[in-house]
This record gives sequence, C-alpha cells and structure tokens, in this order.
Amino acid sequence: MKTTDTIPEGVAGDGPEPAPAATAPEREGSRSAPAAEKGEGQVLNVFSHGMLILWAFMVVIPLLWAVMSSFKTDKAIFTEPWSLPDKLHFENWSRAWTEAHMSDYFLNTVMVVGGSLAGTLLLGSMAAYVLARFEFPGNRFIYFLFIGGMSFPVILALVPLFYVLQNMSMLNTLHGLILVYIAYSLPFTVFFLTAFFRTLPSSVAEAAFVDGASHTRTFFQVMLPMAKPGLISVGIFNFLGQWNQYLLPTVLNTDPERKVLSQGLVQLAVSQGYKGDYSGLMAGLVMAMLPVLAAYIIFQRQVVAGLTAGAVK
Amino acid sequence: MQHGKYRFIAGFLVVPLALYALFVIWPFIQAIFYSFTNWTGLSPEFKMIGLDNYSRMLEDDVFWKALQHSLVFAVVLPLVTIGLALFFAFMINVGGRRRKGAAVTGVRGSGFYKIVYFFPQVLSIAIVALLFKFAYNPSDGAINSALKAVGLGSIQPEWLGDPDLALICVMVVLVWSTVGFFVVLFSAGMASIPRDFYEAALLDGANRFTTFFRITLPLLWDTVQSGWIYMGILALGAESFAVVHIMTVGPSGGGPDYSTIVLPLYVYQKAFGPGQAAYATTIGVALLLVTLLFAAVVMRLGRRERLEF
Repeated sequence: MKTTDTIPEGVAGDGPEPAPAATAPEREGSRSAPAAEKGEGQVLNVFSHGMLILWAFMVVIPLLWAVMSSFKTDKAIFTEPWSLPDKLHFENWSRAWTEAHMSDYFLNTVMVVGGSLAGTLLLGSMAAYVLARFEFPGNRFIYFLFIGGMSFPVILALVPLFYVLQNMSMLNTLHGLILVYIAYSLPFTVFFLTAFFRTLPSSVAEAAFVDGASHTRTFFQVMLPMAKPGLISVGIFNFLGQWNQYLLPTVLNTDPERKVLSQGLVQLAVSQGYKGDYSGLMAGLVMAMLPVLAAYIIFQRQVVAGLTAGAVK
Repeated sequence: MQHGKYRFIAGFLVVPLALYALFVIWPFIQAIFYSFTNWTGLSPEFKMIGLDNYSRMLEDDVFWKALQHSLVFAVVLPLVTIGLALFFAFMINVGGRRRKGAAVTGVRGSGFYKIVYFFPQVLSIAIVALLFKFAYNPSDGAINSALKAVGLGSIQPEWLGDPDLALICVMVVLVWSTVGFFVVLFSAGMASIPRDFYEAALLDGANRFTTFFRITLPLLWDTVQSGWIYMGILALGAESFAVVHIMTVGPSGGGPDYSTIVLPLYVYQKAFGPGQAAYATTIGVALLLVTLLFAAVVMRLGRRERLEF
C-alpha cells in the first residue's frame, strides 16, 4: 500500500481514477499538470519506495540484531543468530558493565568529553569572536591558520604529537587527551562560530560598550548569550565527534585504566573474542550505542540542524 | 572602542592559539621535517638524509597498494554514497506528488526515513566496525547464517578473509555509516529551494528525472560539492583508518596479503610498529598531498557558474 499512495492524488484528471481525485483538496488551479506520467510514475514509485524501505531495513536490522544478541547466550548467538532470545539474559549486561570495565570506559569518556567540550566551546567562541568582530593586523592570517587545520590528515601529526605529549608528561592522561581534543576541534569550531558571530547585530554590543561594559564583559554577558543557537549547533557536532573519537585515544592513551569507550570496546572485542564471550561483547556494544541513539531520537531536530548548519549555505 | 582593544584581543586569542600551535601546527611542521631524516622514533638521534625516504617510498610495493586502495576509496565512496544520498533525499523531499495540496512534497513517511537513516551517523565508527566484523564472520556471522537460512547455504563467502572481497566489504561499511548524513544534508539544501520552481516545472509537464537534473541538482550543486570533499577527506583519513584497523585481520590490520591496507593505516603501522617513525611521516606527507590534490580536483571539476536564487 505504501507503493501506491501517491498515485490517486498524483495524476488528477488522468483517466480511470475518478473518486480519489475528487476528494483531494482543491487548493490551486494548477491541478492538471503532469499528465502522461502515470505508467512511468507507477514503476518509479514501486522502485523508489522499495529502495527507501530497503535502506531503512538495512540500517535498522544490524542494530536490532546487536540488541537481540546482547540478550542471548553465546551458544544461541552462533547456532541461531536470527531467532529471538529464549529469555532475556541480563547477566550479559551486568558482566559487561562490571567485569569488562564498561563502567570505567563510560566514566572516562564522560570526563574527557565533558572537559573538552566545555573547553572547545569556550576557547573556540573566544577566538571566533575576536576574529569575527575586530580588525587588527594578522586577523586574516590567524583565521586561515585555524581553518587550514580542517584539511590536515590527523594521522600525519600523530607521531610528533605523541612525543610532544610525552615530553610534557601528558601521555596516557585524561587531561592530555582533553587538551588534544580541544586543539583538534578548534578549526571547525572557529570556522563555524566566526561566520555565526558575523551575523549577529553589532548595535547591541556597541550599546553595552557605551554603557561602560568592558570588552570581556560585553562578550560574556551580551554576545555569548546571543550566540546560543550557534553554540548548540557546534556543540552537538563536537560532542558526537569527541564521544566517538577513536584514532587519537588509540595512539595517545594506551593506559588500560584510562581507555575511552571506543578503544575499550575494541579492546573488549579482542579479549572477549579469545574468551568466547560474545554475548558480553554484544551487551557492551549495545551499551555504548544506546545513549547516543536515545539522545539523538530525543533531540533529533537539534542534532540534524547542528550537523548540517555548517555545510548548507 | 579603542580603549584596551589590543590587550583584549591578545587575551582572548592567546590560549586557543597556543593550544592549536602546540598540538596541531607544531606536530605537522615536525612531521614534514622528520620525513627528511632517518629518525627511528626509538632514540632521539637522527640525521638528515634528504629525499632517501621518498625514493624508498616509491619502491615500496605496500605503499603503492595502500595508495591504490586509498584512491579507490576517494573515488568510489563519494560516488556511491552521494549518489544514493541524492536519490533518497530527492524521494524524501520532492518525490511525492500533490499531497497536502502542495505541488511537491516528500513521499509518505519521509520524516521517519530521515530519522532512521541518520542512526549510523551518531554511532562511533568503532561500534559500527565491530558490529559488521561479527556480521561478516564466515563461520558463524549473521550474514552467512542468513544466507543459509534462506537456502543459499552453498554461498558462504569468506568476506573479510577473501582478498578479493575484503576491500569491498570495508567500503560497504563506510557507505552504510555515512549515507544518512548526506540524506539529511541534502534534504536541508533541498528545503531551501523555492517551491515555485517546482510548480513551474510541473506546469510545463516535467517528470521527476527532468525535475531532478534541471532544478534540484543544479541548485544543490554547492552543497553536493562540499559534501563530496567532506566524504573524500573522510575516506582518505581517520574513518577509513578506524574501519580497516578494527575489521580486517593480519598482525595489526590490513587484511590478507595487504588487500585492505590504506594509506592512513600504513602510516600508523610504520609509525608505531617497527621503529621507522621517519618513514611513516614520509607516507603521511604523501597522504597529505593526495588529500590536498583530491580537494583541488573536486573544486576544479565542480566549478560552474553560481546559481543565485
């Protein structure tokens, strides 16, 4: 039924499809337009709806399969991978949470992302504000220096970065990771927020300044609150990027005590793979998946707006 | 506004710039410098050896394999991903006809599709890679079991273990995880195209193909182009590293007989493997050049008159 729903209304006045056309709302005069499209349209409809539904399945099924597997016994995962679990084996989840250290990985990730997200937003908006609204020698140069970072392949800098952190005794520490996350998030953040601060009206800032507020005070009490929508967008973007970061922690943070989620999961996959604890591993995967998926479903609009705002003119 | 202006500017820029210079710019400059040395990464000593690393690289078979795979990634992945995403986004936004009294709308359920397609985008690439690694498992993975279940038990590919299939398997995962982002991105772009354009085209009797190629695509061109560059950088960079590193077998990833090795993974293997840090940065420089070249080519090919509306 999905495949036919647009046809009755679609080609009004096109032969033997009388009733639905009459009930369609008569809003405009241009109703008679695309005749002769029916045959083609129908094939196209079946095909394209089919493709849409197929892709939706292809996205959802691996995720459902993971959720299902996380409640099964190891034996059931292998012998009947596509059947429902016989009962909900919650022990997989508790095993993953405690024995496989998922709780630690979660805590580490929350701390790292919390720190670096706050730092990124604060430092990024400070730099962007100055670059967007003040004329000074070197303004353009610094701006392009920041933006250039977007096209650098991170992997090239990893070896020297490793030694920079080692020399500062920040290798395998959470604060070291936080600072690196901030540094690598700055290019996009500055790029995005500079454009955003340019769009804000300057009269408000000037009024505040005339009233005797210092530049710093104007920024924190007037401009930053006005920039809230931009901060939310870029904040979501950075949150997802930093929460899901894999490459940087893999190289810079090898202390098993301080692993973040993504590297912890890979570690889990290796060790549980030897032990044959696939159900525990699946539980770990689903545990890591659910919070972001849930957050996305709840804040769907903001996430989408945040992620696409930078790229659409 | 002049009073204390420069002090304020300096105060606001110093911390972000210092962090950025220390952790991003400086390592990059160092990396390029190291590519002209024989530094092992194990001891602090090294000496300048000119272009030796580069000539070694040109004779390195694995490097050529990695380069070839990375180029395939950079061409095929954007093509497939953006093609699929354009098709889905067009269906979702313009594909429906004459519902709700508007000339063009999305097909029914378009809001639902947009939400679901985006799921993989919020998941860590590590999670996605692990998930598919199990699905691909030849003896008891979900895909081969599914094939058995529908009576195709005779077809049991080795997937990631098969040198001919492994690279495709990895690419499928990257497509799976990124299409949704572009669907949403293009949807946002399509939403800003004025509806009257479509109404006028419909009055002239345009079908969906014409509508797409004559109206949607040209007006969306800027977004498509920046999406193309974004996807290419992703396919050359960290995402492809993560997928290959996690999914494919071998001492530290790279697949059977280096069948899935890509440039970033090769940099990583050399850098943190057998004490060839300088050589690793040389390959890294090659990767940087490929990335910049890719961006330049896309911008050049994509150049056309800007359409204003």
